Amino acid sequence: MRTDSAADAGRASAGLDPSIWDDRASADPADPAGPDDPAGPTPVRSGRHQATRQPPRPRTAARAARTASGGRGALVRTGIRGLGQTLVTFGLIVLLFVVYELFVTDVLTNERQEDLTQELRENWEDDPTLGPDLPGGGLSQIPPGDGFAFIRIPALGADYVKVVVEGTNADALQQGPGHYVNSAMPGELGNFALAGHRVGKGSPFLDLDRLLPGDAIVIETADTWFTYRVLGDPVTGDFGADPSGIPGQQIVSPADVEVVYPIPGVDDSTVVPTTAYLTLTTCHPKFSAQQRLIVHAALDGPGLPKAEYPDGPPALAGD
Amino acid sequence: MYTWIWRKLPGGRSAKLASALLLIAAVSAVLLFVVFPWIEPSLPFNDITVE
Repeated sequence: MRTDSAADAGRASAGLDPSIWDDRASADPADPAGPDDPAGPTPVRSGRHQATRQPPRPRTAARAARTASGGRGALVRTGIRGLGQTLVTFGLIVLLFVVYELFVTDVLTNERQEDLTQELRENWEDDPTLGPDLPGGGLSQIPPGDGFAFIRIPALGADYVKVVVEGTNADALQQGPGHYVNSAMPGELGNFALAGHRVGKGSPFLDLDRLLPGDAIVIETADTWFTYRVLGDPVTGDFGADPSGIPGQQIVSPADVEVVYPIPGVDDSTVVPTTAYLTLTTCHPKFSAQQRLIVHAALDGPGLPKAEYPDGPPALAGD
Repeated sequence: MYTWIWRKLPGGRSAKLASALLLIAAVSAVLLFVVFPWIEPSLPFNDITVE
């Protein structure tokens, strides 16, 4: 039976007319069952043959048609294949770009941060008076892209420390949190404002939304520790509880530059600031640049000289 | 394109495979360290400042 159907299929694909095959089936020497096979009555076999023989026909016809149209079909196939490969390639490049944004820039920035840390430490050792002039006011004299302070946020991890660089252009921010050039310097009355990347480029401000009222943000300059605390009520966790009306955390539109003004939110240059604020800005929500997440903090007590507190202010010790 | 590159690569199957991987690594490196840093500033989702 098996050999029978195999031979059958072979003939069918060879394009033999089914009626001829049926007539000669019983006389076929390749059929082991022979003409007297009692298990194979002709009508049943004929029906089954019909079923197995029918499918190959359109296949053969299609193949013939394809060969007939020849070069044009091949050209279309090559074109479609090329388009498909181009699209797949494009998709892979976009995927690679995501990998770059999320991981490779982190590696590059972390390396740069290590270099900056070393540079800054060496600068401070060579000349301890180096660093921002306090209270200078106005424009800072630090070259854009240079590191000039360290920021530590114990609430984001005991090991959270980044070099703050001067300027908020793309090159500066690629290296770490950047200082808005027209804003105050650490400890100065006014607003020491920093921008930092949320995702990628070391993701310095990734978890800024986890900061709560009262959390410490410690700025280390050449000779001083400055401890700022996020505005709001540490007991209730209410960001808006500060008497100044300045919220500890807010989400604003990218055009709301008032958040980095000397008194955050006060668009009036005649009012002289009496408090030293610190403002952190980053993008919001994560992976988007639609809005800005802003954290405001105020200086908590005077700056502590590093000579007296070599291991950092009490805030770094978990206080 | 990929078929064409595969045919042009010299040697047997393992040699082709090795040089293909090398090619992929080279293209990735150029993208990661030259093209992406160059194209990045003109993309919108890196704005984090208020201005």
